[in-house]
Amino acid sequence: MGKTSSRDRMKNEVNAGSMADIAFLLLIFFLVTTTIAEDKGVLVRLPPWSNEPPENLKMNTRNVYSVLVNADDQLLVRGENMKVEDLKEATKLFISNPRKEADKAEDPTKAIISLKNDRGTKYKTFLTVYNELKAAYTELRNDESERRFGKLYEYCSRAQRDEIKKILPVVISEAEPTSFGDES
Amino acid sequence: MATFEKKRGKASPEVSTASLPDIIFMLLFFFMMVTVMRDSELKVDVNTPEATELTKLEKKSLVNYIFVGRPKIKYRDTYGTKPRMQLGDKFATVADIPLFLEKHKAKLPENQRQGITSSLKIDGTVTMGIVADIKTALRKANQLKVNYSAGKRVD
Repeated sequence: MGKTSSRDRMKNEVNAGSMADIAFLLLIFFLVTTTIAEDKGVLVRLPPWSNEPPENLKMNTRNVYSVLVNADDQLLVRGENMKVEDLKEATKLFISNPRKEADKAEDPTKAIISLKNDRGTKYKTFLTVYNELKAAYTELRNDESERRFGKLYEYCSRAQRDEIKKILPVVISEAEPTSFGDES
Repeated sequence: MATFEKKRGKASPEVSTASLPDIIFMLLFFFMMVTVMRDSELKVDVNTPEATELTKLEKKSLVNYIFVGRPKIKYRDTYGTKPRMQLGDKFATVADIPLFLEKHKAKLPENQRQGITSSLKIDGTVTMGIVADIKTALRKANQLKVNYSAGKRVD
């Protein structure tokens, strides 16, 4: 009845099984509410600032590939309308110039891609265009590294990557945006 | 009729469950270390676009964050609906960028300052006007390593 001897109390063991339940609950709480923050994005190196106005690239030379994006998110590549989906292949063709055409780059090291936005262009469009241009270089670099070293560019050693960087440098020049469109 | 045998007394547990919580606590601590407690509340709506050319930002300490988007609903009365920039945990303008970068730089030792990257988390619907101003301010402050935050796009 009321009396519990000390011997009885010593025999009572705390059931540890429910501690596991509490711990599981806490674990699930953490799994659900927090994130393993993975920060990924398109890495870009901005050109250094100089107070003198930049020398204007002569847009019409064969080595310059001009990509213009207007405030309606439309592309004008070398004077022709183009859809974003086609940009990567066209850029690859320009840089690598496999058929040695006179209106495309002499050499991949001399190819310059000139990108110009409008202040009213949506950021999403800008990033997609930039991504496609970068992807063109990545695919060309992958092709080259597979040819030379038999593996993808990202798996090559530092020295191998430097070799490929020398023949296929990423040169994307961004011009000051125009302000024809509505900015807000 | 089947005869049932009643088990007399409690069967003593063969596997001690006392160590289970220890294992779970270990897992818990693992998650507590690996996950990130957000130190700044996001005051703007940011829906980053998707891209394929992604690089992971390695060291969190070398990254400063710039958020650009439309203010969240509870801030809309005071700040409007036009896209704004948030540096750290408060709204700011392009002129506040140099100070913000300096403050972040000051927390790091000299030899690590070269590796500082600015992560721009910009909403997809924001127009390039403010982005171009931010890029110019970053260039003037000699912060050239920039990462446009984006989600992974599966083509």
